[in-house]
Amino acid sequence: MKNKKSLNFFIPKKENTIGQWLSEEGISAGFPSPADDFKEVRISLDRELVKNKEATFYARVSGDSMIGAGLEDGDLLIIDRSLNPENRKIAVCLVDGEFTVKRIKKIKKTFYLIPENKKYSPIEITEENELTIWGIVVYVIKKV
Amino acid sequence: MFALVDCNNFYASCERVFNPKLIGKPIAILSNNDGCVISRSNEAKSLGIPMGAPAFKYDSVFKKHNVHVFSSNFPLYGDMSSRVMSILSSYTPNIEIYSIDEAFLEFRGFDNYDLEEYGKEMQNKILKWTGIPVSIGFAPTKALAKVANRISKKFDKKTKGVYAIESKEKREKALKWLKIEDVWGIGFKHSERLKSYNINRAYDFIKLPDKWVRNQMSVVGLRLKKELEGQSVLSLEEHRSPKKAIATTRSFEKNLTKFEDLKERISTFSILCSEKLRVQKSSCNSIYVFVKSNRHQKNKLQYRNGIVMTLPYGSNSSITISKYAVEGLKKIYKKNIEYKKAGVIVMGLIPNNRTQLNIFEKENPKHQILMKTLDLITKKEGPSKIKLASQDLKKIWKMKQTKLTKRYTTEFNEIILLK
Repeated sequence: MKNKKSLNFFIPKKENTIGQWLSEEGISAGFPSPADDFKEVRISLDRELVKNKEATFYARVSGDSMIGAGLEDGDLLIIDRSLNPENRKIAVCLVDGEFTVKRIKKIKKTFYLIPENKKYSPIEITEENELTIWGIVVYVIKKV
Repeated sequence: MFALVDCNNFYASCERVFNPKLIGKPIAILSNNDGCVISRSNEAKSLGIPMGAPAFKYDSVFKKHNVHVFSSNFPLYGDMSSRVMSILSSYTPNIEIYSIDEAFLEFRGFDNYDLEEYGKEMQNKILKWTGIPVSIGFAPTKALAKVANRISKKFDKKTKGVYAIESKEKREKALKWLKIEDVWGIGFKHSERLKSYNINRAYDFIKLPDKWVRNQMSVVGLRLKKELEGQSVLSLEEHRSPKKAIATTRSFEKNLTKFEDLKERISTFSILCSEKLRVQKSSCNSIYVFVKSNRHQKNKLQYRNGIVMTLPYGSNSSITISKYAVEGLKKIYKKNIEYKKAGVIVMGLIPNNRTQLNIFEKENPKHQILMKTLDLITKKEGPSKIKLASQDLKKIWKMKQTKLTKRYTTEFNEIILLK
């Protein structure tokens, strides 16, 4: 019997304790804190924005070719390599060995890399080009 | 079933993930201090650059064939390795991380699985998520998994990097192919001796009588024979036992003659050793300190010496260890020698909770608290922010790493730029 379904083992997370509540069990005097029964784990950007830490990488935007999509020079990008490329996604692409971040668009059987700035024209991927999708941009973080 | 997963040309592959222009080009990665070649891309291998090639000797080859040469970027390789290992551990709970780029996996109760299919799935996932290509060998024993991995790599056009030795026929075919010197765990000496008895292939080896193997190669050799016969005797070492000794040794970029200079180095090496001791929660009982002159400079005075210093009590305090190491250096230091290399090795390691007490002397208990604080600061602020006074604060000793790439995954200021 051949079975192609994969098993997934989940390893418990070993997070460090910074940013978590310390419960003071041994308080002997005074009233116990009324918040003790309601304590929750503090918000963590890492937990929220990084869904898949083995496949997550960071990059910085250089230039203004994607300004229309909100990617400005110096912005931080969170890239997830585990996601599959889909039409209209913003992706980190490799065209002939060069890194570039663009929106991918598929029209019929042709792929285009679309910049979000009128100053630049779309790149059509022809048979001579080699295109690899390196990863999918999932978040943009900017300093205000 | 066991699997051996091995990252292909690991260091070169890591560099390629972040520098895609290197795909298809020859790459050589150099050891600490840019001494010799420790990793090569396939293209560099086919140029005839051997493993361990001294960089200065191959300079003209590098230039002639446009080989891309890099210093080793261990922060990057370490992070990429932990990503790969973490993905692997989602496939089976039983994993032994054998080295930075290799892991043994054990699959129990996977009889109904098509392992080669499963292997391909693992391989694809690792490549997609991390960009690192891996080869996988499946077999009923660890030693055979190593063989299967070798086959998967050697015949990658056919195997696509995944191969399983799951039948008797495949096992015998593999062993008839495998040269004796390539068998995992058979060293140079044994393979030379076996060859003198006309045992040239792994298959010849398993035809030897058990008794002979045991007599000639001890129980270790016999275990290996059983493994190659398909009988699993080596189990996964999931929990590495703490190291028995820890060493920090370095060649200097320039020769050192002055005691003060050497003292600074020895002190720094002791501190590095102490940090490693504290990480594995051990203490040491003795320290070996050594110095060496440059044996390649035949016209210069030659000298090499080492000394074992015994501590009055087990310790992992940077202060104590560096104090005794420097005392050792005082005893072996000789004037007018140009020293090229020195090192500190801490030995007689014992877990912290089992250190012996000494009636007459003991370490100042403040050391423990101080070291804890030091380690915390190092963890938060990076290494070398706080030093002992025996370390020179002005001088910056750096490993010679002239062709270092960026730490793309561990340092925010060094992440990739995208246009």
